[in-house]
Amino acid sequence: MNAPRAASVAIENVSKRFAGGPEVLAGVSLTGRPGDFVALIGPSGCGKTTLLRLLAGLTLPSAGAVTIDGVIPAEARERLAFIFQEPTLLPWLTARQNVELPLRLRGAAAEARQTRALELLRLVGLEGAAAQFPRQLSGGMKMRVSLARALTRQPGLLLLDEPFGALDELTRNRLNEDLLRLREESPFTAFFVTHSVSEAVFLSNRVIVLAANPGRVAAEIMVPFPYPRRAELRESLDYQKLVAHANAALRTYQTA
Amino acid sequence: MSAPDQKKILWLPPALTGAALVALWYAAIAIFKIPGYVLPAPQAVIAAAWRERASLGHAMLHTGETALLGFAAAAAGGAAVALVLASSRWVKAALYPWVLVLQMVPVVVMIPIFVIWWGAGRPSITAIAFIIAFFPVAASTTLGLVSTDRGMLDLFTVLQASKAQEIFLLRLPSALPYFLAGVKIAATLAPIGAITGEFLAGTNPETLGYLLIVYRADPGKMPEVFAVALASYFLGLLFVGVVQWLSWRLLRDWHESERGAE
Repeated sequence: MNAPRAASVAIENVSKRFAGGPEVLAGVSLTGRPGDFVALIGPSGCGKTTLLRLLAGLTLPSAGAVTIDGVIPAEARERLAFIFQEPTLLPWLTARQNVELPLRLRGAAAEARQTRALELLRLVGLEGAAAQFPRQLSGGMKMRVSLARALTRQPGLLLLDEPFGALDELTRNRLNEDLLRLREESPFTAFFVTHSVSEAVFLSNRVIVLAANPGRVAAEIMVPFPYPRRAELRESLDYQKLVAHANAALRTYQTA
Repeated sequence: MSAPDQKKILWLPPALTGAALVALWYAAIAIFKIPGYVLPAPQAVIAAAWRERASLGHAMLHTGETALLGFAAAAAGGAAVALVLASSRWVKAALYPWVLVLQMVPVVVMIPIFVIWWGAGRPSITAIAFIIAFFPVAASTTLGLVSTDRGMLDLFTVLQASKAQEIFLLRLPSALPYFLAGVKIAATLAPIGAITGEFLAGTNPETLGYLLIVYRADPGKMPEVFAVALASYFLGLLFVGVVQWLSWRLLRDWHESERGAE
């Protein structure tokens, strides 16, 4: 498989209005440089998820333009992976078959598919669960399978829509650390929607604070901690200060 | 708890209910002094079934064949119609009311029409079994095909799946539990349709519906009429049992409905 290259992202003056509804996003401009880890936080209704869906080409902007490596998302899908709020594993496939799915849809040979799927399951620590069906797995394990599936095609851009929101804190922290470790092994640009400010600061080099009604970029917070980051970062005073700062910023734009 | 233990316990409740019902049956005959030509005693029914075992056995076989034919056509046709109905909202809006016609027009109206078209006998009877079993499969499968998880559809879009891949790898497997639910109902209805058809338009004396005509003509043969009911019950049970087993085989790994005790 070719060496992956992290993608660049450009969101230029994008507005989005669903038929008959109010404006969800108004004049949003954002860029993602290759290798950026961008966290999107903001009150509910600020259009975080819509922004992510625009980046995946699952919905189209009403005005403005979204490009990934210079082309529209629908043409960049080869380089793009989406991790949904739910693990969205196909319940009738085993963990391994689920991880194989992106390659299977592309018509890859069964043997190559299996090798790659087992390699990825090992990377997320689930080689022992390859033959299990999703319902036999815990919430955290399902998310790991979902993560492994997203990485099968070595995406240049990973879009994550609050993937760990339903997990307990310990599991969530572990998965955050794993996500960063996976990124070191195969670099990608990431856009990560979350409700957790501490998660946003731990993962990203840029935290974008969005305001609601209509959704717009309210503030950007740079996170200066170098990668690779380890779990110990959470105990550092600088990290905790930045989390407090980001929380304050979020409160400013939180309409009651 | 080990599996054999559970099996034993699962068999127990229906066996107890059965015993209680038979006791109630006896009690009703004794207390209200019900004559045998109105409600025969259980042992009279069993004796009649044993006496008539040869004709009942043949009849079950013939009726079973007809029901199976109608059932298979209903399962295949129901699934095919569901695929068409689920293909677009406009197609569904245009066709659904006319699919309902099949379900809404009573069998007693259909039978004379079929008899005029194809004559009395097996073709008309199979058509009745088909019609009565068809609707649950079509309705349930259509529901399954339009209930595909939105997140999974998005996933397939992002993964650049072709339309055919979306249908065969996502929509059909997720509709399978719905299809099987419809087929389960069809399995109970097809034998009923066949027996009704035989009763109203049958020509073969060795069928359950026709035997009913023969027995009920003789007031002394009330136990035989009940024996036909018993045979119909076992025929239906066989149909449902096979479908239940198939459903369990296909869904046990992944669907909640067939989840075993763990």
